[in-house]
Amino acid sequence: RDIVLLWPPPAKYGGRHTVTLIPGDGIGPELLNHVRELFRFSCVPVDFEVVNVCSSTEDDINNAITAIRRNGVALKGNIETLHTLPASHKSRNNLLRTSLDLYANVMHCKSLPGVQTRHNNIDIMIIRENTEGEYSSLEHESVTGVVECLKIITRTNSLRIAEYAFKLAREKGRKRVTAVHKANIMKLGDGLFLQCCREVAAGYPDIAFDAMIVDNTTMQLVSKPQQFDVMVMPNLYGNVVSNVCAGLVGGPGLVPGANYGHDYAVFETATRNTGKSIADRNIANPTAMLLASCMMLDHLKLYDYATMIRNAVLTTMNETRVRLNSPRRCSPHTFHN
Amino acid sequence: MAGPWRSTVSRVMGAMKTQTTQPKSFSRGMQTVTLIPGDGIGPEISTAVMKIFEAAKAPIQWEEKNVTAIKGPGGKWIIPPEAKESMDKNKIGLKGPLKTPIAAGHPSMNLLLRKTFDLYANVRPCMSIEGYKTPYTDVDLVTIRENTEGEYSGIEHTIVDGVVQSIKLITEDASRKIAEYAFEYAKNNQRASVTAVHKANIMRMSDGLFLRKCRQVAENYRDIKFTEMYLDTVCLNMVQDPTQFDVLVMPNLYGDILSDLCAGLIGGLGVTPSGNIGANNVAIFESVHGTAPDIAGLDLANPTALLLSAVMMLRHMGMHDYSKKIETACFNTIRDKKVLTGDLGGKSKCSEFTAEICQRVRDMD
Repeated sequence: RDIVLLWPPPAKYGGRHTVTLIPGDGIGPELLNHVRELFRFSCVPVDFEVVNVCSSTEDDINNAITAIRRNGVALKGNIETLHTLPASHKSRNNLLRTSLDLYANVMHCKSLPGVQTRHNNIDIMIIRENTEGEYSSLEHESVTGVVECLKIITRTNSLRIAEYAFKLAREKGRKRVTAVHKANIMKLGDGLFLQCCREVAAGYPDIAFDAMIVDNTTMQLVSKPQQFDVMVMPNLYGNVVSNVCAGLVGGPGLVPGANYGHDYAVFETATRNTGKSIADRNIANPTAMLLASCMMLDHLKLYDYATMIRNAVLTTMNETRVRLNSPRRCSPHTFHN
Repeated sequence: MAGPWRSTVSRVMGAMKTQTTQPKSFSRGMQTVTLIPGDGIGPEISTAVMKIFEAAKAPIQWEEKNVTAIKGPGGKWIIPPEAKESMDKNKIGLKGPLKTPIAAGHPSMNLLLRKTFDLYANVRPCMSIEGYKTPYTDVDLVTIRENTEGEYSGIEHTIVDGVVQSIKLITEDASRKIAEYAFEYAKNNQRASVTAVHKANIMRMSDGLFLRKCRQVAENYRDIKFTEMYLDTVCLNMVQDPTQFDVLVMPNLYGDILSDLCAGLIGGLGVTPSGNIGANNVAIFESVHGTAPDIAGLDLANPTALLLSAVMMLRHMGMHDYSKKIETACFNTIRDKKVLTGDLGGKSKCSEFTAEICQRVRDMD
């Protein structure tokens, strides 16, 4: 669980941890309120330092980054990127990830027993490179009407993410790692990524390694998702594949995600939606955020609390026999411990 | 007397000729189409399609051409000049799967064709096939993908050892062209909405430009609903509820991934048609699956993908009756499940499957 940190973040007073909380936009604030209520109800020794990030100025996001550097751990909602602002205004979420060097985005998609989906028995771990690739935000308009966007792949980051994937696979007892790429078209870029994965795979002979082109991967995911075990990939393909997998196991409201760096960890919902259309109507599904907070508790080594809350969430889902696309009232669910 | 009369007649005839500039597709006569059988199972499925068209008495004349790359003057790889001439004359082509040998030295054949005819739009209609069960029913959407630029521009450099940059190119012209094509397609095929798929929250300038162009073109088509959606949201919703999508328009890479995702929803590349539209009204319809060298020549191939692409071609040419006839025959055959090829879950041969469809087509007359 703490393969990147050898010791837990420092507790402040008497064993209570301080965690940065970034409410974000849309459904973020209400989901995080549920988390806070639940933590208070369960007497979890975590205090939240709330930092609001407003979309317009740079100061807010810098404050948030400083707060996370101070506390080491954060729980966040998604911050909206307004299209009306000029192109120089970068995505705040991206800025946070790159400044803190949260290079690995980990998502575990598992079919939940109480949830009806078209496919069953899905158990896929997706490890996505989180800082470079297509999300480098390096764009320029050299000639009017022609825009160039740079996708950067480096050897260091590719080796790093591959190493992370294989270590995690070994730790969790997984048997196979699949690299997802498009090296037949982007021969140098994705070719480098693939080569790094192969190099790292050579050092883990107990874990099988194969590679698959991204369009074939999505096709296989919608027909036979059970064939995948652990998947590692660059940034954009990770975005597509993680959203497809989240959809396969039941939707954006069910899957938690974690962003790990060498020194910091930020937890959020896996599909990073702002959910503006369902905000403030008490119908957003809090499961993803609650499970993300459990992942955070595991990271803080508060395993008992994590297990307790996780069991409560999963039992509630089982018993009330969740059917997707039906609006559920949030708050009663939260107190069903 | 004859002189002025003749000149009057020729003047009138000339005027009539210039007035009625009907596109070739609406002519009642035989329409010639360039056929590229391809490699592997290509020849057998092409023969199957030709047989079915004959049974349907469709007014199509096939001109078979080979497109193995040859080195042209100046050292560049080109397709054989006869093939190019044939396509330029006929404007419509049907292509089977082409293989690119690994150490051939020449670029992929599909890429070569795309560059030669400036095929800027790739259209893939995905409709659930009754009788071929997949976890997704009622899929009815069309993906329109920009085919010339974007992430596939092939411009890559190694900046320093260990750092590689790939350049994604988005131009105003190409974005406008593809958006216009998407709306035209929606209008001509009675589709209600067009959705632009993008990632403009991250790629602010490039996808921002694409999105702006789509918005501008949408202004001219007020009766078609225009929405924009992030790529990840589309993927998420697509696997949960594909019925909410109608026509999707997007740049190259997203199009590649999404069109294959949609093909997976309806049953894979063996049943998915595809068309490439180019400048100067050139259109090449193709099957997007591979050459399947392991079953080539064994009469086991499934011609459905090529057949549905040919049906798309008929619709493009305006021959709606024939296209409906052949399509219905094909879907009915698959629905009845009596004669199916191996990949559809049956045990029949390609020729038996073809014969069954031909029989149904004849029965419809």
